[in-house]
Amino acid sequence: MNAEARPVVRLAGNSVGALAAMKGVFVRDMKVAFRQRQDLLNPLLFFVMVVTLFPLGVSPEVSFLREAGAGILWVAALLSVLLSLDHLFRHDFDDGTLEQLVLQPQPLFLLILAKTLVHWMLTGLPLVILTPVLGVMMHLDGNSIGILCLTLLIGTPVLSLIGAIGAALTLGLRSAGVLLSLLIIPLYIPVLIFGTGTVAAAAEGATVGAYLALLGAFLVLALTLAPFAAAAALKISLSNG
Amino acid sequence: MWQFFHKLGSPKWFFGISTRFMPWLLAGGVILLMAGVVWGLAFAPEDYLQGNSYRIIFIHVPTAFMAQSVYIMMASAALVTLVWRMKLADVFVKAVAPVGLVLTFLALFTGAVWGKPTWGTWWIWDARLTSMLILMFLYGGVIALDRAINDEKSAARAVAVLVLVGVVNIPIIKYSVEWWNTLHQPATFKLTEKPSMPAEMWVPLLLSVLGLYLIFGWLACVRMQTEILSREQRTRWVREFVMKGRV
Amino acid sequence: MQFVHRPDFGALMSEPLLQAVNLQCERDKRILFRELSFSILPGTLTRVEGPNGSGKTTLLRILAGLNDAWTGELKWCGAPLASQREAFLRNMLYLGHRPGIKPLLTPLENLRALMAGRNPLSDAALRQALQGTGLGGYEDVPCRNLSAGQQRRVALARLLVADEPLWLLDEVFTAIDAEGVKALESLLQQRADEGGAVLVTTHHDLTLPGMKRLTLGAGGLPDER
Repeated sequence: MNAEARPVVRLAGNSVGALAAMKGVFVRDMKVAFRQRQDLLNPLLFFVMVVTLFPLGVSPEVSFLREAGAGILWVAALLSVLLSLDHLFRHDFDDGTLEQLVLQPQPLFLLILAKTLVHWMLTGLPLVILTPVLGVMMHLDGNSIGILCLTLLIGTPVLSLIGAIGAALTLGLRSAGVLLSLLIIPLYIPVLIFGTGTVAAAAEGATVGAYLALLGAFLVLALTLAPFAAAAALKISLSNG
Repeated sequence: MWQFFHKLGSPKWFFGISTRFMPWLLAGGVILLMAGVVWGLAFAPEDYLQGNSYRIIFIHVPTAFMAQSVYIMMASAALVTLVWRMKLADVFVKAVAPVGLVLTFLALFTGAVWGKPTWGTWWIWDARLTSMLILMFLYGGVIALDRAINDEKSAARAVAVLVLVGVVNIPIIKYSVEWWNTLHQPATFKLTEKPSMPAEMWVPLLLSVLGLYLIFGWLACVRMQTEILSREQRTRWVREFVMKGRV
Repeated sequence: MQFVHRPDFGALMSEPLLQAVNLQCERDKRILFRELSFSILPGTLTRVEGPNGSGKTTLLRILAGLNDAWTGELKWCGAPLASQREAFLRNMLYLGHRPGIKPLLTPLENLRALMAGRNPLSDAALRQALQGTGLGGYEDVPCRNLSAGQQRRVALARLLVADEPLWLLDEVFTAIDAEGVKALESLLQQRADEGGAVLVTTHHDLTLPGMKRLTLGAGGLPDER
């Protein structure tokens, strides 16, 4: 008799679909985040402060800021996302929520996708919303600010998704924060290059549709691959704990 | 077939077989590399554009080439680790990552030395140098993660995930760095655009690449053997090996 | 404690739910256990015993699929576990040392979140379960304001609404007061009587009628293959 053909005990009558489970994860993470509203501001403050360092540390001249502004904002956003990544799984790991997440019957990569979506909505998205203000302070013109926001809007989810892999790999390790940066920064370079490059190309009057499409392709690639890698990494990290 | 595959993954079997191969790898590698380098440095014709300074390619190109192919090899081994959980694949990744890092560093260093007479500066944000630098970061990350995880099985599997994520990114990084390079500076001197190399140049180059491959093979075996001994220190065969000096 | 939700285990066969064949686990170059074979039948309560460091928690984590540093065979209802992963997860409830309770959320929110991916129930049922574990009146207080024992009880509330036939419970009596321990003991007993399968590790002296014991050796053995 074929073992796989045997009837399997199925008692959990109403099986929960992946979408409902993702919604459950999303709602819980959002609730937890909003119970600690102060923490939501930290990456934003960090973003603003890093940007402030450049006029102070390099030059407040309009010509410099206009040329370097987009790059500075991109680097600051990247660092800010990086800083917040450490928390993506850490609290869940410490209190055991992560174990229960892995043991949910739905595919783990989808649940991770839901968690990453929360992370992006609470860090990446606010950065994009804040960017016009800082763009004006960096003397960027309106067109550049628009393009910059667009590249950040497409680029920051990629940062969150790739970052999830790093956060999962370094879970439960000593000095996880520094290690996370070491692992992830090289992988962020293409996004940074195309993010800032698009703004630079726009400033030179080139059409940016193709560049934005390429950034979009990065996003699609990250959406399809990163959750799988992060799921595999999470299982490994949990197995170690 | 499956049995052979299983045997291939056995550290003890590898230990025995690699001990037999290693002298040949080393001897072949040294001879080829010496031949290539001596030919290249002493006998190959001078470059009409760069004079004698171009001769560093006989070291630079093999190291740069190896640095990249070692990462590809690591990625293949990482896949084997994740799919078949073969012990030997873990050992390979762990053993060769530092070798890859050193090769990348050598490629960067020789690139910088070459850059001084060619571009008049030690460092230039050239597309290839930059992507080499990023490759070095990737190697550094792999080694750092491996060191940070205590349990060797978890370390091997976590590193395997990282290496695979890295290998997906390498072409993207290379492409984006090249694009960035053309965006920010007009094309400077480019080696690839030169007319095809005369045989007196590429034959010694090929010899040194092959030689370095063999030496890498030898080095990988040495490092893998060391790693195997430390991992399997409690098994009977390792104890017997230490007592008797043979497997 | 009283069950709020009572699944019907009539469909359960007398075949083992979970089977381990020649299970071996190695950690830090020491073998925690080897040649461990056992079956978990419906309607049984099994206590995993052994001194500290004998691998009780590791065994439970292996069975739950959280730890994969093992060799041997695991079967779910006769088929290899790896091929039955989803069915297995739908029918298995694991409670670990860290029970998955968010300090910032209230017991009700925590319970709702934990059930969201498994068996979403009405708030009334969830409240009833929380009251059943002695948390009446605390349902809407953030868990960080509760005591350690109360936080454990939030996790235990899951047991009162669980419809999974297999329970893997690691140190489930920790931080529970004497009265709670008694109630929990009878709950586990009742579950086993009704056809569920319970595997439990504990340091307190748990002896129940019909309880099986799975004893792990001390300290582990050096790896000498």
